[in-house]
Amino acid sequence: MKALIAGLGLLLALAVPALAVEPNERLADPVLEARAREISKGLRCLVCQNESIDESNADLAKDVRLVLRQRLLAGASDAQAMQYIVDRYGTFVLMSPPVEPATYVLWFGPAVVLLLAVGGVGMAVRRSRLAVAPMPPPLDAAEQARLAKLLHDSDQPESAA
Amino acid sequence: MRKSLYALPVLLFLIVAGYFAVPLFSGRDPHELPSAMIDKPLPAFDLPALAGGANISNASLLGRVVVINFFASWCVPCKVEHPVLMRLATKEKLPLIGIAYKDEPAASQKELTNGGDPYLQVAIDRKGLTGLDFGVYGVPETYVVDKSGHIRKRFVGPLNAETVERELLPLLRELNRS
Amino acid sequence: MIIELGHFALILALVVAVVQSSVPLLGASRHNHGWMAVARPAALAQFVLVFIAMAALTHAYITSDFTVINVIENSHTDKPLLYKVSGVWGNHEGSMLLWVFILAICSAAVAVFSDNLPRELRARVLAVQGMISVGFLLFILFTSNPFLRAFPPPSNGHGLNPVLQDPGLAFHPPFLYLGYVGFSVSFAFAVAALIEGRVDAAWARWVRPWALASWCALTVGIALGSWWAYYTLGWGGWWFWDPVENASFMPWLVGTALIHSAIVVEKRDTLKSWTILLAIITFSLSLVGTFLVRSGVLTSVHAFAVDPARGSFILLLLLVAIGGSLTLYAARAPALKSGGVFAPISREGALVLNNILLASAAATVFLGTLYPLFLDAVGGPKITVGPPYFNQTFGPIMVPVLVALAAGPLLAWKRGDVLGAVQRLWIAFGAAFLVVLGGLYVTQGGPVLAVLGLGLAAFTGVGAIVEWADRLRLLRIPLGQSFGRAVNLPRAAYGMTIAHVGFALSVAGISAAAFSVEHIDIVKLGGTLEVGGYSMKLVKVDEIPGPNFVAEDATIEITRDGALVTIAHPQRRFFEVQQQTTSLTSIRSSVLADLYVALGESDSKGGWTIRAYYKPLISWIWLGALVMAAGGMVSLSDRRWRVGAAKRLRGSAVPAAAE
Repeated sequence: MKALIAGLGLLLALAVPALAVEPNERLADPVLEARAREISKGLRCLVCQNESIDESNADLAKDVRLVLRQRLLAGASDAQAMQYIVDRYGTFVLMSPPVEPATYVLWFGPAVVLLLAVGGVGMAVRRSRLAVAPMPPPLDAAEQARLAKLLHDSDQPESAA
Repeated sequence: MRKSLYALPVLLFLIVAGYFAVPLFSGRDPHELPSAMIDKPLPAFDLPALAGGANISNASLLGRVVVINFFASWCVPCKVEHPVLMRLATKEKLPLIGIAYKDEPAASQKELTNGGDPYLQVAIDRKGLTGLDFGVYGVPETYVVDKSGHIRKRFVGPLNAETVERELLPLLRELNRS
Repeated sequence: MIIELGHFALILALVVAVVQSSVPLLGASRHNHGWMAVARPAALAQFVLVFIAMAALTHAYITSDFTVINVIENSHTDKPLLYKVSGVWGNHEGSMLLWVFILAICSAAVAVFSDNLPRELRARVLAVQGMISVGFLLFILFTSNPFLRAFPPPSNGHGLNPVLQDPGLAFHPPFLYLGYVGFSVSFAFAVAALIEGRVDAAWARWVRPWALASWCALTVGIALGSWWAYYTLGWGGWWFWDPVENASFMPWLVGTALIHSAIVVEKRDTLKSWTILLAIITFSLSLVGTFLVRSGVLTSVHAFAVDPARGSFILLLLLVAIGGSLTLYAARAPALKSGGVFAPISREGALVLNNILLASAAATVFLGTLYPLFLDAVGGPKITVGPPYFNQTFGPIMVPVLVALAAGPLLAWKRGDVLGAVQRLWIAFGAAFLVVLGGLYVTQGGPVLAVLGLGLAAFTGVGAIVEWADRLRLLRIPLGQSFGRAVNLPRAAYGMTIAHVGFALSVAGISAAAFSVEHIDIVKLGGTLEVGGYSMKLVKVDEIPGPNFVAEDATIEITRDGALVTIAHPQRRFFEVQQQTTSLTSIRSSVLADLYVALGESDSKGGWTIRAYYKPLISWIWLGALVMAAGGMVSLSDRRWRVGAAKRLRGSAVPAAAE
């Protein structure tokens, strides 16, 4: 197993130069091969840290790539081929975890955080505006024009301050 | 209400910190990797036997409790595990089936001849595809299979005396009773 | 002897740090000038002491002193000098020392340049810096001491991991740490302000340059790491949403929010408690980033248990620093008075939106990084959170960020005119439209999302330039007057425009990554391989010796339509000491696209695996990051920050504009 360098004191994940898919693994049919590559990107190299089998040169990743291609050659759909691997290694092998109760927080957390933040700020802004004197009404067209003229005449940007 | 809002960050932080502290002091086994194959029937396989003769298949193992051990001559942790397996085979008469994972048959044979052979039978999985069907991460790995041919437990990494006493043997006794 | 001197200096530094963290703080609360005055010499003394320690360790590395365990484990006599030096921080112990060293530099800088800071504030800020120093020095001395000796010394060391022997990676940690540690100053200012219960425009004016400088360093650090991954991994990947990367990305996101919200505090006297919170969180995430990466806990929660002393210490330190500051925040922040009121549609409103989005983005990265560990800790299922998750959650949050980024600066403070902003952005809309049309045409309806990403980047980039032109009233007043305005425009305004354009460049590069073309094949000597309209001919593969490795060096002629473009020399390097192979890719970068070639293994039948890629606009990712950092630096050079200078100018009655 790649005892990753995190422990050895590195700031960036790295593996020994992973040279991923080897030419001799590839399927003759470019369409099938493209499908295999795409599926590979969604499957984790089980013995690596955070690498898909498409990126990894670990032996096990290579085996999974080969089996995946065999499945596709045997006529499996993308979902079936993927399920074949999941049946053996569990959902742990998926780069994108399934949406299930245990991962609700993960999948919906970001949206909830965002909504709460927007709502909270919206309320805070409303309250602070109500608390202080109401805003003057926006400038009408004539006032706008006068303002523009004033600004134009003075023509001295920020540095005057 | 407004004031308590300012305490939210520290509360959130304490919760997160708590989750990091718990594993530190819980002493739970960090190596437990759940297998997707638990309680599922053995995957189909039909592999040549190292000793020659009839092939070893999932069907040939039916009707008895067996322990399947994936090993290889090139695997260093397997050498650590080897004495444990030898003791299990001789003292406990454990029905051990070996599967030589991605190994030269000659190398596997040499290893067993030199170091002792704890297995009833050894199957040859040259390409590791049967291993993949089992959901093997690496060697050694050990699977406990019940009489009906269902996988009941997986041990990742070398077995040691403690896991054998605490988990493997009790499980085998239970499976043999039923 | 020198090693003992370094060790002793570090112990002394701890003593000084204890004084620095306590005496000035007491002095500030008792208004005792003498006690407060201790802060400055203490900070300077600490700098000198930590410098000695750092120099001692560096000396041990340069002279390959194998009586020092740390040197044995991470160095080797055959290593080139650059990597002997970078080996100092290429390991846990040394990197912690580097951290404290940078902290000491920051504290000394605050001490030196704080003449016009209120005495109490200065004393408190330096005291907080001292506390951080105490924590880290204790950590180093008790659990990660780089000065331990070995006896008898071995004849040579284990060498540095070959993948670390790379110029990009040699400078990656120092920049990252400059960022992390720089944020400690904003943190110290935030904590000091909470103790004092006062935040005003002057405070923000002090905090912002520090935050900005740290942010620039962090930006460069992250970009260096990503660029390194790109040219070293051999298949052109540059960002993996790996926990280790995320650990540095989170403080960057929150830090970005911080440098924006600090503007609002300064200009409009509002968003104070939020800005304080951001300062605390940014530094907290920096701490988490430093420790969790180093301790390996991000791979597994159980990594802590492997070294319980270190693990407990880290947890305790985080608990005190983060928990303590947040508790102080809970107690004191409600009392901070907020000044300016603003409408939702206004410059403030846009900056608040930017903050919400960036904070949510950081929360998303946080969730994705730590949720698997969390599930594991509560006994839940083991899951993998990989790039698809981040692309689906983080990606959408960035879209409104880009839109707000273009529109925000066009809105007025307090109350803005959205319609006016939209109207002034018509050129940006047009540019985006053209880019999307052009993109769809060139790629023949290719990856639509990527084309839309490019369009969005064009909108944002052009929008930033439109805002600048708007300030100059370009084409609306005579060109000469516009020029005069351009000269008088504050540097901070230029900095913003540059940074925003940089961000747009990065987004464009990231979007264009989807257009990358790949061709992997086994090529015989004399054979060719086609990619992106280029033809690559493998001429020969030589074996050439390096200082501490042997390389297989391929000569590949790259031609286009028969004309020679360049000769590429990708290598595979074998490091004898570590028995490891690394790959050196050959990349021909141009503004429009990179040609990327990596040499794979030989099939021992006269063929070699060649990986060739054609990657349009990919270098924009890092170029954009550099432009962003440059924007930050330009903004830093604004005379507004040099508070003293401004005072002097006013004193001599020279109109500022005439400078």
